[in-house]
Amino acid sequence: MKSGQTVIQDTAGSVFFLGSSILAGIAGIYLWWVVYGFLPVISGWITYSLLHIRQGSHLGASVEFFFYDTPKVMMLLFLVVFGVGIIRSFFTPEKTRAVLSGKSEFAGNVLAALLGIVTPFCSCSAVPLFIGFVTAGVPLGVTFSFLISAPMVNEIALGLLYGLLGWKIAAIYMGTGLFIAISAGWVIGRLDLENHIEDWVTQNNFTAAQMEEKKLSWMDRIIYGWDAVREIIGRVWIYVILGIAVGAGIHGFVPQGVMASVMGKGSWWSVPLSVAIGVPMYSNAAGIIPVVEALLGKGAALGTVLAFMMSVIALSLPEMVILRKVLKPRLIATFIGVVGCGILFVGYLFNMII
Amino acid sequence: MEIKVLGPGCAKCSKAADLIQQVIDETGCDATLEKITDMMEIASHGVFGTPAVIIDNEVKCSGKVPKKKEIKVWLEG
Repeated sequence: MKSGQTVIQDTAGSVFFLGSSILAGIAGIYLWWVVYGFLPVISGWITYSLLHIRQGSHLGASVEFFFYDTPKVMMLLFLVVFGVGIIRSFFTPEKTRAVLSGKSEFAGNVLAALLGIVTPFCSCSAVPLFIGFVTAGVPLGVTFSFLISAPMVNEIALGLLYGLLGWKIAAIYMGTGLFIAISAGWVIGRLDLENHIEDWVTQNNFTAAQMEEKKLSWMDRIIYGWDAVREIIGRVWIYVILGIAVGAGIHGFVPQGVMASVMGKGSWWSVPLSVAIGVPMYSNAAGIIPVVEALLGKGAALGTVLAFMMSVIALSLPEMVILRKVLKPRLIATFIGVVGCGILFVGYLFNMII
Repeated sequence: MEIKVLGPGCAKCSKAADLIQQVIDETGCDATLEKITDMMEIASHGVFGTPAVIIDNEVKCSGKVPKKKEIKVWLEG
C-alpha cells in the first residue's frame, strides 16, 4: 500500500484530472444526497398518484416498498462499489499471497480474513488462487480463512445491509463473518488435513509467473472503481430487482408477526433449518438481503436471519464443485461442516442476546 | 504470435477471449488464439486469477478482463 509513491509519480496532467474529478465527485455526491432524500416522496407519488393504487391496501404497501427500495439499493450499491473498487486497486492476489506466506497460524488467519474483504476475488478464480497460496507456503488453514471471508464479507453485502437494515446490522454481519472466517480457518489448520488436497496439486511443482507490476495513477484507480461499478451493477441488478420484488410481496401480503412462529427466537430448530435451506440455495448477497429485510420486518429473529443469509452467501454448491477439483471429499466435507458450525453458533448467539 | 486465454469458462473468461478475437480480426495481425480451460494447465502457468492472458509464454494480465486498448498494445508490440 505505498500510495505515496504513486501519487508523487503522477504527472501534472493527472493532477489536473484528479482535481477536476474531486470537484465532480463532490457535486455528484451532493446530487446523490438530494435525490436520495426525495426517494420516499417519489415512491409514494408513483404508487398512489401515478398508478392510482388505493392507500392502505396490500398492493399499495408492496408497490411503494418496491419503488422505494429499488432505487435506494441501486444508489447505495453504486456508491459503495465505487469506493471499495478504489480501495481494491491497491490490492492484488499476488501481494496478498506475499503478505500471508510464512505468517504464523493465528495472526495469519486474522490477516487472511481481513485481506479477504479487500482483495479482488471472483469465485471462479478460487482454484488457481488456492494452488498459488498453498504452493507458496501459505498454511492450509490461513488459505481457508481467505476463501471463507472473500465471498462472505464483501462490499455488496455490506452496502446492502447498511442501506436496508442500518449500520449496526452491517457491523454485526461484518464482525461475525470475520469471526467465522478466522475461527473456521484456524480449526481447519489444526486438523492436519494437508494430505487431503488433491495429489496433482501437491506433486507438481507450480511456480508463480513473474509479472511486472504496473504503477497505477489516481486516474487509473478512478477508472478501476468505475469499471467495478459497471461490472458489478451490470451483473447483480437483476438479482436486486427480483430480491426486492419478493421482499415487497412479503412486506405487503404476509401478515405482521407470522414469521415469529417459523423464524422466531422461540423455536430452537429454526436456526439449523434455515442453514439447511440456505446452503443449497444459490443466490448472491444482492438477491438475498432485500428478502431478509422483509423477513425481519415480519418478526423473524435476527440470529436466524443472519444464519440463513450467511449460509446462502458463504456456502454455495457451485463453489464446492469448483473446489472439489483441488480438495478431496473429506476436506470439502470438513470445510462445509466447520463453516456450518460457525454459522449455527452465530445464529444461536444472536437469538440469545438480542 | 501465440495467444492463450486461461479460464475455466466463466462469463469473464469468454468475454476476454471474444475481445481478443475482435482485436485480431480488426487489426488482421497474425496470431492464434487458444482457450485453456483445464485447471491443471491453468495452474501450471502460475497465474492466480482468471481470466489470464498469455502471449508467447509471457503473462500479460490475470484476474481481469483486459481493455481493448491494452490488447491492441500487446498485439502490436
